[in-house]
Amino acid sequence: MPPGGEPALVIEGLVSGYGGGDVLHDVSMTVPGGGITCVVGPNGAGKSTLLATVSGLLRPRRGSITFRGERLVGKSPRQILDLGLVHVPQNHSLFREMTVRENIELGAYIVKDRRLIARRLADIEQMFPQVAGWSGKKAGSLSGGEQRLVEFARCLMLDPGLVILDEPSMGLSPKVLKSVFDAVRMMNARGKTILLVEQNARAGLRLSTHGVVMENGRVRLAGTGQEVLEHPEIGALYLGGAARGG
Amino acid sequence: MTAMLRAEGVSKAFGGVQALSDCTVEVEQGSITGLIGPNGSGKTTLFNTMTGYERIDAGEVYLGDRKITNLRPQRVFALGIGRTFQLTRIFPRLTVMENMLVAAQHTDAGRPRNPLARAGGRADRRRAADLLEFTGIAGHADAPAETLSYGQRKLLELSYVLVANPDIVLLDEPAGGVNPSLIQQLSARIRELNAAGKTFLIVEHNMEFVMSLCGQVTVLDYGTVVATGPPQIIRSNPRVLDAYLGLAEEEEDSDAPGR
Repeated sequence: MPPGGEPALVIEGLVSGYGGGDVLHDVSMTVPGGGITCVVGPNGAGKSTLLATVSGLLRPRRGSITFRGERLVGKSPRQILDLGLVHVPQNHSLFREMTVRENIELGAYIVKDRRLIARRLADIEQMFPQVAGWSGKKAGSLSGGEQRLVEFARCLMLDPGLVILDEPSMGLSPKVLKSVFDAVRMMNARGKTILLVEQNARAGLRLSTHGVVMENGRVRLAGTGQEVLEHPEIGALYLGGAARGG
Repeated sequence: MTAMLRAEGVSKAFGGVQALSDCTVEVEQGSITGLIGPNGSGKTTLFNTMTGYERIDAGEVYLGDRKITNLRPQRVFALGIGRTFQLTRIFPRLTVMENMLVAAQHTDAGRPRNPLARAGGRADRRRAADLLEFTGIAGHADAPAETLSYGQRKLLELSYVLVANPDIVLLDEPAGGVNPSLIQQLSARIRELNAAGKTFLIVEHNMEFVMSLCGQVTVLDYGTVVATGPPQIIRSNPRVLDAYLGLAEEEEDSDAPGR
């Protein structure tokens, strides 16, 4: 395993789903602290379900999730947020009619200390100067890639220990993808552990220190980003024909 | 030999987004043909253009030698092209049987309905019951459709399309969200129908399902056809792998093949 200190998030034997069926079948994985871990896999692999279960939006049927030694199963999304785990969802989640600044400030709605809020905002604006430049604009007037950066800025208002990103590249052109991934690297360089799900598997794995391939609700491959990227079975996991089990 | 159903050079834009660019897909008579591609590659849009649900900007759609470009959906349906939708379109408060009888009000494929046969009459009921028996959900005939599981709804939609006895059936993600045992059932039914002469075009993400069922597979990526061939060839085609795995950002800066 490459650098990455203590595991930030440990998932063991997770079974989760909606209604009558299970989507995740016995999923176990570790997200090393300080790293970028990318989960990839074909449609229906259970990637978004995994993220929803980790952030408490969906209650697992079995298994455990531990974040920095704290058990998350049974906690509400709000309590999980308090522990420093922030989830940036897949769909455009900004309030389009509000300004960029207002959207970012909303990220701190559970923080009461005004001075702390001001200090964090200043840090974030230094980290993402372009976002600071848009502060008076309506969020809905920004491009898809720009909105992504605002969502990142908003999630940083809680000074999270773990940032969960659901398909940050979705709908972005290759050039914009690069600027969004640069922002992910920057958050990581500032000490944030990142767990992301990506549909663009190659780009996501290349960005990441660690990679996990899920298929059909199970973990099928795990290793460093590079190992997973170069694994001969990865194509078969997407196009069918991979050996079953394992 | 001309294909039974053919989209030729079809292009379609939504605002500034080019959803389909010069797409050609052929479905041979008696085949089970697959249409695959990553999310957002244009599969459903292509289905919609072939069934009259979207007007196309350029290109033609043919049923045999007949041009059916931009015909209205009910005309396309009456010519013998039935389709299902990715998110099932059923009447949730009606029973399963009532849903079938609603479908029976449409004309029989290609022929005007016999004016003496009343919709919902005994003949319709018998045919509907037979089809429900065939798809394995006859036991739910009197239950409200909303009580069906997701997979059973997909089977209802298949039954419902078959009421009109179309020559070609277009299925949009028939296996999506369906449990493995129902997928087996669905697969077996499609094979039986095919053996009896029906032609299928199937959009599907479940690769085991589509690759085991289809003789030919066409792959879309960013609204363009990137490959057509039998499953074994498609699986090892590097351009198809690129479509599914994406290109890493660095490669995207250079002139990567095929983009």
